[in-house]
Amino acid sequence: MASFKPTKVQFLPKLGEKVTEETLYWKNYKSPVQIKEFGAITKIDFSPLPPHNYAVTASTRIHIYGPHSQEPIRSFTRFRDTAYGGSFRGDGKLLVAGSEEGLIRLFDISGRVALRQFAGHSKAVHVTSFLSDGFRVVSGSDDLSCRVWDVPSAVELSSLTEHTDYVRALAPSKLNPDLFVTGSYDHTVKVFDMRSGSSVMTMQHGHPVECVLLYPSEALLVSTGGRYVKVWDLLKGGQELVSLKNHHKTVTCACLSSVGNKLLTGSLDRHIKVYNSSYKVVHNFDCDASILSMAIAPDDEALAVGMTNGVLSVRHRRHQKDKETLTSRRRRGPSYQVFVKGKNFVPRQDDFLVSKPVKQYLRKYDKQLKSFEVSKALDTALQTWTRTSKPDVTVAVIIELNRRGTLKNALAGRNEESLTKILNFLLKHIFDPRFSRPLLMVGDIVLDLYQQVFHESPVVERLLQRLMEVLGREAELQQELLQVLGILDTLFASLTPRKEVMAHAAPPVAQESQLQAA
Amino acid sequence: MVEESDVRVVRFGGSKINLRPPIISTDSRFVLCTSGDSVKVYSTRTEEWLHSLQGHTNQVTGIALNPANHLQVYSCSADGTVKLWDFIDGILIKTFIIGYPLFAIYVSEKHEGIVFLHIAMDTDSKKEGFQLVAVHLPKSAEQEVEAKELSAVSSHISPNPSCTAFGREGQYIAFARNLQLNVYFFRKQKTYSFSLKATDKKGAKNAFTCIACHPTDDCIATGHEDGKIRLWRNFIHKKEYTYSTQHWHHNAVNTLCFTPEGTNLLSGGIESVLVQWQYGTGNRKEFLPRLGGSILHVSASSDGQLFCTSHSDNKITVIESSFKVCGVIQGLVKGDAVLTDLMIDPRSKALVLNGKPGHLQFYSLLRDKHLYNLDIVQQEYIYEAGLDQFEVVKAAFDIKGYWLATVEERGQKSADLEFFLKLWSYDERTQSFVLNTTITAAHTDRIISMCFSSSEETTMLVTIAEDGQFKAWCQGVDDQNFWSCDFVGSYHNLKPTNCSFSADSSLLAVSFQEVITIWSPDTWELLTTLCQPPGVIRDLCFGRLSCSKYLISTTTRNLLCCWNLLTCAFLMDSFSGLYTVFVFKPNEPRPLFTHKNVCSEKIHRAVFVPREEPLNNCDESSQWLNRSQLYFLTQNMDLLTFSTATEEDRMLSSSTRLVIDDSVAVTPFYLLLGKHRQQQQKLNTPSHQAADRPQQPQGSVTITELLHTPAHVLPPASVLCSMFVSSLLISNTGEEDSEGEMEACDSQQELRVQGSVDEVTPKLSKAQERELKRVRKTDFSWMAGLIASKP
Repeated sequence: MASFKPTKVQFLPKLGEKVTEETLYWKNYKSPVQIKEFGAITKIDFSPLPPHNYAVTASTRIHIYGPHSQEPIRSFTRFRDTAYGGSFRGDGKLLVAGSEEGLIRLFDISGRVALRQFAGHSKAVHVTSFLSDGFRVVSGSDDLSCRVWDVPSAVELSSLTEHTDYVRALAPSKLNPDLFVTGSYDHTVKVFDMRSGSSVMTMQHGHPVECVLLYPSEALLVSTGGRYVKVWDLLKGGQELVSLKNHHKTVTCACLSSVGNKLLTGSLDRHIKVYNSSYKVVHNFDCDASILSMAIAPDDEALAVGMTNGVLSVRHRRHQKDKETLTSRRRRGPSYQVFVKGKNFVPRQDDFLVSKPVKQYLRKYDKQLKSFEVSKALDTALQTWTRTSKPDVTVAVIIELNRRGTLKNALAGRNEESLTKILNFLLKHIFDPRFSRPLLMVGDIVLDLYQQVFHESPVVERLLQRLMEVLGREAELQQELLQVLGILDTLFASLTPRKEVMAHAAPPVAQESQLQAA
Repeated sequence: MVEESDVRVVRFGGSKINLRPPIISTDSRFVLCTSGDSVKVYSTRTEEWLHSLQGHTNQVTGIALNPANHLQVYSCSADGTVKLWDFIDGILIKTFIIGYPLFAIYVSEKHEGIVFLHIAMDTDSKKEGFQLVAVHLPKSAEQEVEAKELSAVSSHISPNPSCTAFGREGQYIAFARNLQLNVYFFRKQKTYSFSLKATDKKGAKNAFTCIACHPTDDCIATGHEDGKIRLWRNFIHKKEYTYSTQHWHHNAVNTLCFTPEGTNLLSGGIESVLVQWQYGTGNRKEFLPRLGGSILHVSASSDGQLFCTSHSDNKITVIESSFKVCGVIQGLVKGDAVLTDLMIDPRSKALVLNGKPGHLQFYSLLRDKHLYNLDIVQQEYIYEAGLDQFEVVKAAFDIKGYWLATVEERGQKSADLEFFLKLWSYDERTQSFVLNTTITAAHTDRIISMCFSSSEETTMLVTIAEDGQFKAWCQGVDDQNFWSCDFVGSYHNLKPTNCSFSADSSLLAVSFQEVITIWSPDTWELLTTLCQPPGVIRDLCFGRLSCSKYLISTTTRNLLCCWNLLTCAFLMDSFSGLYTVFVFKPNEPRPLFTHKNVCSEKIHRAVFVPREEPLNNCDESSQWLNRSQLYFLTQNMDLLTFSTATEEDRMLSSSTRLVIDDSVAVTPFYLLLGKHRQQQQKLNTPSHQAADRPQQPQGSVTITELLHTPAHVLPPASVLCSMFVSSLLISNTGEEDSEGEMEACDSQQELRVQGSVDEVTPKLSKAQERELKRVRKTDFSWMAGLIASKP
């Protein structure tokens, strides 16, 4: 005697990106926390010391936020004009920032007043940074020069004027205190060595450079500018390794994740893209406004993004712990012993094992289908939870009912409430190519059955109106698509050489069927 | 044209075993059922086929245990004879010649020496008029007796034999026809009839479908077309009869049966649910659902411990009285039509075709046994008349038997056609096929045909469909395990009709109406087109081995066309003939073999099956049968084959062996030695089947003697031992010989492919072989000396 075969829920793969480990990793961020600043946020820098506070430079202030606070724990407001490029020293105790008027200020994290002021630039200083020995500060300015300052004595050590346009990007080397990389609007990226006092390497980016970034090994250099992100191999003398064009507006910022050194780039097109080690985009974050600055905390604990509209959005990583607190709240089931009872018995060699018949567990709708209760089975399949989170189960039950020839019986004799449920389900899913065929059939049957009584219920009537509207729109869309397909066909036909007349329509159709097959 | 008497058409795979109710023997050890022109005996415990009672020359239409002797069985046949058999030994005891085609047989304990038979009213049975006659069987010692004492009990009875039943202790006989129930009392010699209205207000259909009488009570149960069961009582009085109605079945009740004590009533119908009603308690019932095909007959053993149901899918189920299935006897499932071709599973060499609805059946031709059903559709089957079900319509194996592609379809009649293309991979661990990929919308219209590429390295599937396209499917595009589309092609929007890969799969031929297109599967380039003489192409096939340059096609105008692809030259032959089998060599326009009027029906499909071991037939005309066998399927779903004289001898010897095995009594010695012998056989069968055969009779005599004799009369074990051991020895010479033979056939076996059309290389004759062996055994050591001395 064969057992009851449960309804087969067809698993149809969704089109689109595949789920990989990386996408799972990057999806594992909570929804962003939004903090409003006074102006466009030009720079975010994380403190290298735990608890990894971060400095946000916006308008005439620099705010320092704690990892989970939404209020600044400290703010530096002694700027007469817009502040730029606030960045921490390697020990996290000092902060340096440039400003619109050309002054560079050095702050102690615990103090309020600037410890030092470096004056010398004639125009706005957009980027400042400590060199890795911590005693010198390097700055890039709109007066085309880069200057190096001594912190204890507050004097200018050297001035480098090799760039021919604004210097807007800077990255000091962490391994060598005499090396730093600058990027400028003159389309070049230069590597300076303080020992020689001049640039040792020059790379042509091809667009105004907005940001430069060194890999921790300092063998690779990333520069962004225009729509391009370029990666240079410094060990090969500045050879271009790869050029990425994934954004459709200027790429303003880039940073590296500390886990696996994945590259993240942010752009004015409001997207943050995450690349894997072979520079393929594996994930995409969407933001509300054009992105100016971005930083990621050590261990990827938080991703802070600054935007042109002055909104700072911080995404925190979701942790296993958070989930545990959720599950612990749930009712405790039977203990582990109950399930393994007698299952871990290992038979001895001569033992004759009598296997217990395996009980077949059926879903509720299967049980109802087994006893031919078709209306109830449809009701079960249309329960809110199934309907919303697993529409394929609902559709599978509908298909099964149709196969049994009892779909009409199951749909008949319903009241307003359950009919609304069905119609809402139709409205939501009738255009899904996976479900449209059975659902159109359901729509037909519903119309046939309830034609006479529709006008009695305004709710149902309204839903039907909407269904008709969306169906009309969909039909128009399909027609347009067919027209486009026709145009494409003629294009393909004219492209292929005369010899292969037979296989002309092959490439597009092949792709289409592959999608279906997949 | 050669007409050969040596080659004979033989039925294969058994006939229907579900035509008439099966019988369980009194000791519950055997099940007997009718099967074509023989009666088959199965064991209830092992479900094995023991032997068949052969002797009738036409369809056996009824069997009944002899009430006087429970080891004997009566059988009646359409050839006009009733035969009495000893079914345990399979011996024909007597033949009674009636002279009219018989359609059913009934016996009763009370009427000793009398059988009741259905015969046609007029000599032509088309009129559907049947009568029930009582025949007095004359007692005489002769083998063949003419029984002429016919007395009609009733005329105008139903052609359905389950509409007639004997009542309590054979006092009356009840038979129903359409809307009338008749009861004939033997003592009164009177017939009472009770009739129902055709329909009542509720639209019930009251026609009788079956009848059963209570064994100890005056009660008749009748089944009706609308699924009702009526229990008639008090019918001894013509006017004051009563009946009660019970209703569970939603379609016609096919069969009814009381258990021997009369405590329960069993009923079955199209729903395939066996229902057990408790007699006398109204509505208490038990169910045994999902037994397989719809239930046609139910019978109970005389002690009430076993029930037997026979199903429409050619199956007999043995059920214990506790409502547990304890055995299934499955014949070749015969559906309505074989939509898939006849195929050979390259791995198990089993014949594969449609079986139960939604299944593929694997039938071993070598052992003549149903192996298993592969569930393709994987959905609960709803037994309901007129429901549009999923059917497996196409199936194809790849050359190694690792992949199976199937197409299932639903809604051929209505507008919305649903079909799935499924790909199954062979799982070594479970030894069966596992679903790998389901493709929901492979084409926009139904798939006409498909084939796998024949190369060993890469498997590719090509499907052609009515939407004018052919698609190539490949596995593992971007490292995935499932199949996806590789190429889509079409030719002037013509409808494709068939496709075939060449032997090395370097070419793909796709026929579009009257044009054959040849493609290269590597580059998907159209290489050439071949235009046929008028007529749409139906089938397409490449030659194999030495004939691989030939492409053979058949058209709707009875043309067989052959293309030589090296020169693109055209060879053609036209032929016609009803019910004829032609066998061709691809390089000769004349048929190699023709067999006219093979059978009385249309032949639908044919397939070549490689033999396990080749025959040594040197006859010119039947040489093509040496290495493969041709099986073909007729319209009525009969599987036929050609057999030669040598083969039949072999069949005969193997069947006698089986009988010996079973007749051994179960003594302690048997348990001990029988186990030993089975092991030995197991060792032997795969390699030295030939060696085992001549040895068997000699050895088995000693062994059976040993096993039959009670232990206390046996001589001491020391005496027996040497005798027994020597009987087990296999003589040296026989083994050597057969091994040489096996090697030869193994190498040839590999070259064999299903549906092959290669030419047959002439085999060495016996004399030549012996000569060869002699040369091999000669000592050539003197040559070594010669060679050494030379330089």
